[in-house]
Amino acid sequence: MQMQLLDRFPGTPAPSNPRSRPMETGRWPGGAPHPTPSLSSAMEIVYVYVKKRSEFGKQCNFSDRQAELNIDIPPNPELAEQFVERNPVDTGVQCSVSMSEHEANTERFEMETRGVNHVEGGWPKDVNPLELEQTIRFRKKVEKDENYINAIMQLGSIMEHCIKQNNAIDIYQEYFDDEEAAEMMDEAPSAKTINVFRDPQDIKRTATHLSWHPDGNRKLAVAYSCLDFQRAPAGMSSDSYIWDLENPNKPELALKEAASLCPLLPTPVLPFTPSCYAPAPACWDTRKGSLVAELSTIEFSHRDPVYGTIWLQSKTGTECFSASTDGQVMWWDIRKISEPTEVVVMDITRKEQLENALGAISLEFESTLPTKFMVGTEQGIVISCNRKAKTSAEKIVCTFSGHHGPIYALQRNPFYPKNFLTVGDWTARIWSEDSRESSIMWTKYHMAYLTDGAWSPMRPAVFFTTKMDGTLDIWDFVLKQCDPALSLKVCDEALFCLRVQDNGCFIACGSQLGTTTLLEVSQGLSTLQRNEKNIASSMFERETRREKILEARHREMRLKEKGKAEGKDDDQRDEELVSDLQAMVGAAEQEFFDIIYTELKKKEADAMKRKPKIQERVAEDQEAEGDEDTLEAEGAEEET
Amino acid sequence: MGGRPSRSPARSPLPHLRPIAPGLGEPQAEVEETLKRIQSHKGVIGNMVVNAEGIPIRTTLDNSTTVQYAGLLHQLTTKARSTVRDIDPQNDLTFLRIRSKKHEIMVAPDKEYLLIVIQNPCE
Repeated sequence: MQMQLLDRFPGTPAPSNPRSRPMETGRWPGGAPHPTPSLSSAMEIVYVYVKKRSEFGKQCNFSDRQAELNIDIPPNPELAEQFVERNPVDTGVQCSVSMSEHEANTERFEMETRGVNHVEGGWPKDVNPLELEQTIRFRKKVEKDENYINAIMQLGSIMEHCIKQNNAIDIYQEYFDDEEAAEMMDEAPSAKTINVFRDPQDIKRTATHLSWHPDGNRKLAVAYSCLDFQRAPAGMSSDSYIWDLENPNKPELALKEAASLCPLLPTPVLPFTPSCYAPAPACWDTRKGSLVAELSTIEFSHRDPVYGTIWLQSKTGTECFSASTDGQVMWWDIRKISEPTEVVVMDITRKEQLENALGAISLEFESTLPTKFMVGTEQGIVISCNRKAKTSAEKIVCTFSGHHGPIYALQRNPFYPKNFLTVGDWTARIWSEDSRESSIMWTKYHMAYLTDGAWSPMRPAVFFTTKMDGTLDIWDFVLKQCDPALSLKVCDEALFCLRVQDNGCFIACGSQLGTTTLLEVSQGLSTLQRNEKNIASSMFERETRREKILEARHREMRLKEKGKAEGKDDDQRDEELVSDLQAMVGAAEQEFFDIIYTELKKKEADAMKRKPKIQERVAEDQEAEGDEDTLEAEGAEEET
Repeated sequence: MGGRPSRSPARSPLPHLRPIAPGLGEPQAEVEETLKRIQSHKGVIGNMVVNAEGIPIRTTLDNSTTVQYAGLLHQLTTKARSTVRDIDPQNDLTFLRIRSKKHEIMVAPDKEYLLIVIQNPCE
């Protein structure tokens, strides 16, 4: 009996599951007619096949057959009329999981250190630990326990094994002491932030100066002040803080009324001393507390804000000197701080006129050169002075000019004191005391002002600078001269000051909003590299020599011009000849080598030409002969 | 016939610890002997037995030091044991050694007791 299985049996409800449409191929019982697909209604597709009743339940034997086109629905362009084309389309059709990136920063975690006192405990309730009898009784009871005995025997044997092991060989001995630590030459320079100290005051002030504590380097003194001239809002606190590096949440000590621009300088002997934005230098004693210990009198001190103070190396350890924009540099003794011991006026015309004096912004003093000191001025000139000169006029030894703006930082290289670094306007410059007309090395002009700079105390070729756009640059001129070796964006606001710790590893920088960031520099930047001292010194010397040569040239040119103006040509020509001889010899050598080089090149080119051109032998031969002639001539030339 | 001479109780060096009573001698004596032997090894500074609650049962050091060691090491051993078992529940702590600059503290843990020895290893 043949049955026709239709998609829909008459009288029975249609299967709701569209997948129940039978689409299998069964075995056709000998030439059964093909099922005829029919489009009964709009979307219905019917598939009919015939099967013998006796074959119900039989296994399916699959066989291959050609693909058959069951339905072909051609596109109906008339349907397009119902739609409007949209161009451009702003819907994304990517089939992927949509994800979003999210950053989370945890809230600052406040920590406090507390101790715990151990008291004897654990005794059962009926035993009073203070009563000797009861405790003895308890112990006796425990010792009688069989468990105890077994446990101890077992543990004892294990323990003995370990003890004997310890005695037999020291397993933690250093075996390879002689080998040096592997050099980390390939490590890229890097720096990471260790800690951030935020100004706890609500009204933010700029962190203008930083100092490390001389022993142990675990404390940092930060001076805060408002740099806008007389625009400090009411209620701005005038405290400066001493921070302990372990505790970034709360400053260790607050120094009242210390709104200073200038360094809180730790002394070798006494505690810190800052000097104020107000013109009178003052001294705080951290042992005594946070109020001012000593204050100088206004009549005798500076008339303008004091921008630089340094402690002097003296037997008493109580001397310091300060510089301010009123053009004076004053020496003080802490014990008698009411009056300066000495005053020098920064007048480069050497006439001691305060009106002509240049405002001093930074001071430099190296304890290995105790009689010399340098002052950086607002006008961009560095003045080198000698403290021990007899007359005040002789105190000013020489000047170095080259910056377009105030010199914010001035420091001698700790390894080569003849060279010093100045930071001002948009560049940092390295100078040598020998060349007075210009700096020997300088960075390119940056996009933001440079605010502070310092040499690294461990490496002679590394120095750090901070900029107004919040970046800290680490320069290593042994590695790269045109760009900083590493440039880090420390914060979004401007960075104002920078201080390197003595071990060269840690740098603290202070920003406009009073945030001090402590950074650790990678090992490569803080350990002395092989040969670095030699390389750095040779670079300094080379640049100094270059500057000297240029200076000499300039001088000649100036003299020449002067000579022309005054009509003294002969003298100048003689001088020129003498000095030009060197230049001429150099130029002649250069020409000679150039000629040789071009001829060699020509020879090579001709040799190349000869090989491929086989057809034009004749012409070639002629050429070759011609070449040989010229070659011979050149050879003769070379020999001569 | 004379009876066996009665064994005089051994004198223990620390008065507050019970002297070995005759009759219960053997296992106790072994315990004592073990601990004494441990103490006599080269470099051993002191030893102590602490029970599960942190109460020192026997010690060769003074009371305050003992109490401190007992309290601190008991907690540390518990922590170490739980660490080992967290990583692999079938594992267990067999020995704990803490090497410091000055000496080495060795802890042999048991279900109920801890044997702690402080040794100064030869360098």
